[in-house]
Amino acid sequence: MERDIQKLSGIACTIRQDIIKMLTESASGHPGGSLSAVEILTALYFSEMKVDTSNPRCEDRDRFVLSKGHAAPVLYATLAEKGFFDKKHLSTLRKLGSILQGHPNMNDTPGVDMSTGSLGQGLSAANGMALAGKLDNKDYRVFVLLGDGELEEGQVWEAAMTSAHYKLDNLIAFIDHNGLQIDGEITEVMNPESISEKFKAFGWNVIDIDGHNFEEIFEAIDKAKETKGKPTAVVAKTVKGKGVSFMENVAGWHGTAPNKEQCEQALKELGGAVNG
Amino acid sequence: MANLATREAYGIALAKLGQENKNIVVLDADLSKSTKTADFKKVCPERFFNMGIAEGDMMATAAGLSTCGKIPFVSTFAIFAAGRGFEQIRNSICYPELNVKIAATHAGLTVGEDGASHQAIEDISLMRSIPNMTVICPCDDVETMSAINAAAVYEGPIYIRLGRSSVPTLNDENTYKYEIGKAVTLREGKDVTIFATGIMVNEAIKAHEALLKDGISAEVINIHTIKPIDEEAVVFSAKKTGAVVTCEEHSVIGGLGSAVCEVLSENHPVPVKRIGVMDTFGESGKPGELLKEYGLTADNIVAAVKEVINKKK
Ligand SMILES: Cc1ncc(C[n+]2csc(CCOP(=O)(O)OP(=O)(O)O)c2C)c(N)n1
Ligand SMILES: [Mg+2]
Repeated sequence: MERDIQKLSGIACTIRQDIIKMLTESASGHPGGSLSAVEILTALYFSEMKVDTSNPRCEDRDRFVLSKGHAAPVLYATLAEKGFFDKKHLSTLRKLGSILQGHPNMNDTPGVDMSTGSLGQGLSAANGMALAGKLDNKDYRVFVLLGDGELEEGQVWEAAMTSAHYKLDNLIAFIDHNGLQIDGEITEVMNPESISEKFKAFGWNVIDIDGHNFEEIFEAIDKAKETKGKPTAVVAKTVKGKGVSFMENVAGWHGTAPNKEQCEQALKELGGAVNG
Repeated sequence: MANLATREAYGIALAKLGQENKNIVVLDADLSKSTKTADFKKVCPERFFNMGIAEGDMMATAAGLSTCGKIPFVSTFAIFAAGRGFEQIRNSICYPELNVKIAATHAGLTVGEDGASHQAIEDISLMRSIPNMTVICPCDDVETMSAINAAAVYEGPIYIRLGRSSVPTLNDENTYKYEIGKAVTLREGKDVTIFATGIMVNEAIKAHEALLKDGISAEVINIHTIKPIDEEAVVFSAKKTGAVVTCEEHSVIGGLGSAVCEVLSENHPVPVKRIGVMDTFGESGKPGELLKEYGLTADNIVAAVKEVINKKK
């Protein structure tokens, strides 16, 4: 698929603007961890994943599991931009009756492959999808995005063992390594470092990248494709709140929605990038 | 005091307790600002342990601390405490009957916008089914503070269910004294008994007022301790009124409604109507909207009362 970095940057910018708008409208939700994952989701959905917006449950599609389900806004904005559903739904985020629940639900939103929101379970679900792919001799791939704080859940490491044990080379796990969780810096709350060394010790192919750099994201995906017999973990260094100056690297923006003025300020900053 | 969320009252009570009793330790799983254990951390930082996002680990760690004479208060959202930590609570805390207090916040639908994945509507059911466990669900800030103090001196495992959203103060902070297992009659009546717990106690009182206008005298009893339930009070009132409505911000399966029915069916069967979440998941929305949508308002209680009174023999 096409890897036009300039085009992708434009899409990423639109997705960031949509995230800010939808969170402001709902006055509730998680901006920080949504903004840190924009390039990863953009690269996957617009240059990498085999999906069919007119047939979201197509059996041969590539799968994506947002294990850090609180980042639902980035998934919803990406799916809408891709064309899975009308963008008009974005303004209904978290409202009564919306197809866009506070955390992703696969039965409410077209294009969502797994219901998530309770941290630590997504890699297990992704393993299940990858195992099924092997069983059925399908060549689809499974992508999963985890938070770095999420790695503190023991289940993640049970699942990490499973992925390696069953040689799930059809699975790529991205770690959104933004250094923050709710109560502060991950190294202070409960240190999961060294993330790369841990995955290596668990038998994974591990690649460290800048998670906002499209070239590095694609390079990692290419290396994963070449790696047989092992799952790949892409430890993506990111900035929580990326693209909005006052949100960047601030733990307080984990789960607080911007107000109208903050929204305008944010859109102004993001608007610059879209034209540039 | 007025219109605090019960989780806020918990934070205040915990900070005070921590300064008085050096054996109290607090564990949280990356939600200390939301659960309000951050209030404790501020005054007793050396006895606060952030366990990271690892609820199962946190429960068993608390078990270990309690074997060494510490009194752990363990907090996270109710869905992750009772849900993720269930088997650790059962086997490492309740089976050895250890002195661990689980104060779970953000219970029920009034979590609001986070939606179904975060709205615990099964936690009372889960916790109530474990031997040795005591289950408490306070209705306001005053009752929460008093219950936290009672939990600290009680020896054994306790699950305390707290809410995210603010609730009106119903009890008098100067006179109210929480007694584990002792139901509180808030309004006397003769036609029907409304047993309520948690935030639904306030709705029950509103229903009582509305029913008076229709000439119906409803007794309102606050069942703040769901286990052990005050059997005597439940049977006594049912005998007096002959009809019962139960109200809880929880599934109708396994919670207060089930507990009351268990007592009545074995001792004094009367017509019962359960108000609660009808075996379905919640969804995103504003807390008030959700209570309406899922039938958890005073109006719903009034309708249930009329229905149940009609079934009286
Ligand atoms: C099992 C579980 N425990 C707690 C939470 C509450 N919670 C939501 S987000 C979050 C912090 C996540 O941090 P991280 O994984 O680093 O995500 P990011 O920084 O990418 O937003 C917590 C504790 C949850 N959703 N699930
Ligand atoms: Mg993080």
